[in-house]
Amino acid sequence: MPQAKQPDDGDGVQIDLVSGARMDGLTSMEKIRLILDGVHDGNIVILEEGLSPDEESKLIEVTMAEISPDEFNGIEIETYPRSDTRDSSFLGRLVGGDSSNAKLTAIGPANQIETLHKDETLISALVSRN
Amino acid sequence: MGLLKGLKDSISRATDRLFSDEEPKRIGIYGPPNAGKTTLANRIARDWTGDAVGTESHIPHETRRARRKENVEIERNGKTVTIDIVDTPGVTTKVDYEEFTDEMEKDDAVRRSREATEGVAEAMHWLREDVDGVIYVLDSAEDPITQVNTMLIGIIESRDLPVLIFANKIDLDDSSIKRIEDAFPQHQTVPLSAKEGDNMDEVYDNIAEYFG
Repeated sequence: MPQAKQPDDGDGVQIDLVSGARMDGLTSMEKIRLILDGVHDGNIVILEEGLSPDEESKLIEVTMAEISPDEFNGIEIETYPRSDTRDSSFLGRLVGGDSSNAKLTAIGPANQIETLHKDETLISALVSRN
Repeated sequence: MGLLKGLKDSISRATDRLFSDEEPKRIGIYGPPNAGKTTLANRIARDWTGDAVGTESHIPHETRRARRKENVEIERNGKTVTIDIVDTPGVTTKVDYEEFTDEMEKDDAVRRSREATEGVAEAMHWLREDVDGVIYVLDSAEDPITQVNTMLIGIIESRDLPVLIFANKIDLDDSSIKRIEDAFPQHQTVPLSAKEGDNMDEVYDNIAEYFG
């Protein structure tokens, strides 16, 4: 599977938009690894279709196991409430494909994302470079 | 007469339980840190068994291990419902030891944060494997639309577990029960103050009805 090229300099925040098609072929642990490896690198990972509830539960467990003082404080994760997910999500239209189960999900390092506002239709977040 | 009747009822309950096929249902008390889960668990346990479950604190992550109180017998309308209550650590996706350094030395804060992460993982494991129903406790003075709440309610629903939402801390000025009802309209919301003991009759009526 092709890997994203890493940026040369330390400025800016890398955002990985991961299509549902790319996640479809992965096992639960591979999905969690893809997310947490990206987050450990300081990236913001945006999933077109999100995770199943069971995968979300395991993501919390694995995240907890990887928290380390002064190194990794955990993750910030944002999705819309499930019932309000629309078929024609912005990212769904952007990357194409069937997004009928889409639950747009953004995940990043807890020390770099701060949620400013969240309701059923809007998530507003501040992303910083540490 | 009263003593004899009490003894007879007690023997009858014990006999019913002895010959019942059903084990007491394990009801997990879940929610974010500092929602008042242990205060609620202690309130229920003290009301029906006389014992407490755990230590309460204003510092987040005071509960860092799931604790089970077995065979809590709740009597409602002449019937007895027996449950095990499982007080679980508050669930979060992040733990920073610096949250605790105002209250304790760095070494203790680091140890507390490490135990807290283990506790969250343990709580998630209980949810996937070992509970038959959930009481989801929210601080009614806080915004309920958070990622942890949305995600956990989704996980609970996906496992088809019966769930009651408890809007705790109604004694606070900023409390809003409607905000919680609006956030999770698909579930029954029960207002209470576990600390003050407000509305506990309705709490026990609902526990007996949902989990009995």
